[in-house]
Amino acid sequence: MHLKKNIATSESGFIFNPGTGDSYSANPIAAEIIGMLKEGTPVSSIKVHIMATYEVSASQLEKDWDDFSNQLKYANLLDN
Amino acid sequence: MQKLKYESPAIQKMNAGLMNKYGSRTEYEPVKQIDGVAVKDLIAQYGSPLFVISERTIRRTYQNAVRAFKTRYPKVQFAWSYKTNYINAVCKVFHQEGSWAEVVSGFEYRKALGNGVPGNKIIFNGPEKTNEELKLAINNDSLIHIDHFEELYQLIDLSDELGKKPRVAIRVNMDTGIYPMWDRFGFNYENGQAWSAIQKIVASGKLQLTGLHCHIGTFMLSTDAYAIAVKKLGDLAMNAKTQLNTQIQYLDLGGGLPSANTLRGAYLPGSDTIPSVDEFAEAITNALLQLGFSSNELPLLILESGRALIDDAGYLLGSVLANKRLSDGRRATIMDFGVNILFTSFWYEHKISPAQDFTHHTEDMVLYGPLCMNIDVVRQSVNLPLLNRGDQVVVHKVGAYNMTQWMQFIQMRPNVVMIDEKGNTHLIREAETLEYIEQMEKMPDHLQHFSL
Ligand SMILES: Cc1ncc(COP(=O)(O)O)c(C=O)c1O
Repeated sequence: MHLKKNIATSESGFIFNPGTGDSYSANPIAAEIIGMLKEGTPVSSIKVHIMATYEVSASQLEKDWDDFSNQLKYANLLDN
Repeated sequence: MQKLKYESPAIQKMNAGLMNKYGSRTEYEPVKQIDGVAVKDLIAQYGSPLFVISERTIRRTYQNAVRAFKTRYPKVQFAWSYKTNYINAVCKVFHQEGSWAEVVSGFEYRKALGNGVPGNKIIFNGPEKTNEELKLAINNDSLIHIDHFEELYQLIDLSDELGKKPRVAIRVNMDTGIYPMWDRFGFNYENGQAWSAIQKIVASGKLQLTGLHCHIGTFMLSTDAYAIAVKKLGDLAMNAKTQLNTQIQYLDLGGGLPSANTLRGAYLPGSDTIPSVDEFAEAITNALLQLGFSSNELPLLILESGRALIDDAGYLLGSVLANKRLSDGRRATIMDFGVNILFTSFWYEHKISPAQDFTHHTEDMVLYGPLCMNIDVVRQSVNLPLLNRGDQVVVHKVGAYNMTQWMQFIQMRPNVVMIDEKGNTHLIREAETLEYIEQMEKMPDHLQHFSL
């Protein structure tokens, strides 16, 4: 899973897609994930990090991960 | 190391420059208790979903409405519109406050009697009244509001049969500038039917023409419409006095005052747009005082307000069953209550609050009910914090029409509790059971057995 190269992000969760002109706000955990994606961190390592940092079960994270990647896809933020 | 509180990751598109239609911040406040009772305790004790009625709010709302009218006009009487919410405990709060009963069927009539309302304080409205029901009402000296000429002649026949002179009013419909005009009930003012009905009643010598009634619509946003209605009823009353020597004792203006709900498709929340009860009272009582009656002949003003008196006092508590993404990317949240018990979601964009803390991140979503039916949509689009399975919500202002128009469809109707003024909860209607639902069914012998 890779973010488009030209996507601008800020630590506070602001996301701008210059290709479409759309901007988004991310909640803190989403901002953290997007930051790691931007650095090219593999999905598996991001999940391990989230599990280690937050109070969440593997199954909940798995479900939410699918939903979150769909959100990124709908928002046109991912490289196909 | 202590792990951090988790929230589902989410992003939300920002609409630069556009005002957010759903931007009322109040939707983002968690509502954790009702009248001091914790939502989670209510659900733990009585299940989810659950209707909750605040006795304190009923009494406050009622007293405020009475004050608005009584401080402006000397003779005012409210009659509780049973169809709005006829759970007996609710009716009795209104009766304790001094409200008469307004009923629109024999079933409701008997409910009012059963609640202990004296017959002469029951107003009997509606297009269908059987001979048996009318006889009961005549013998109880109730106020019978005639809807059509058939009923007028039916009453003349019954008065002969019983040797009594029933107290009657006619329901009048009229053009008050409100569209659509409710002209299907009662006798029309503009085409002369109302006056003709009045003449027939007086000429019969068999009925006492006691009052005139109208109910010009529901969720009325115009105070002027009521002033027009008062003028037209007043005109009939004045003519009855001068031409037929008949003194009309009361004008019943019906119900129709809005609650602070937001109508579907409205741009602004209802609480910002509806006139207050004082503004309605001002318009109605001003018009009454200008009719030209002397002070000892002023008619009693009767009001049959329904939703404005009970909507605020009703809450529906529910829980989240699941979340999903729709094909167009929208978030959908499935609740454990649907249009089967929240009939008013067809009319209103109900305000819905989470019942627990949440982070500031919100998302536009569709709220669905649990029914396996496409119509089961509680909110087409609502901006709410992210909700997880098991999270609880509070739906506001659901006291009117839901606990009467709810249907037993796919799911059963849930418990209803009332929180009294001391903060004690009382179960006032038990959740339905399979046995209750099937009680009325009969099985033909030849269908008793099968093998598969
Ligand atoms: C005759 C009559 N009175 C009173 C009411 C109560 O109306 P509302 O809830 O709009 O006040 C109704 C409702 O339709 C009605 O038909």
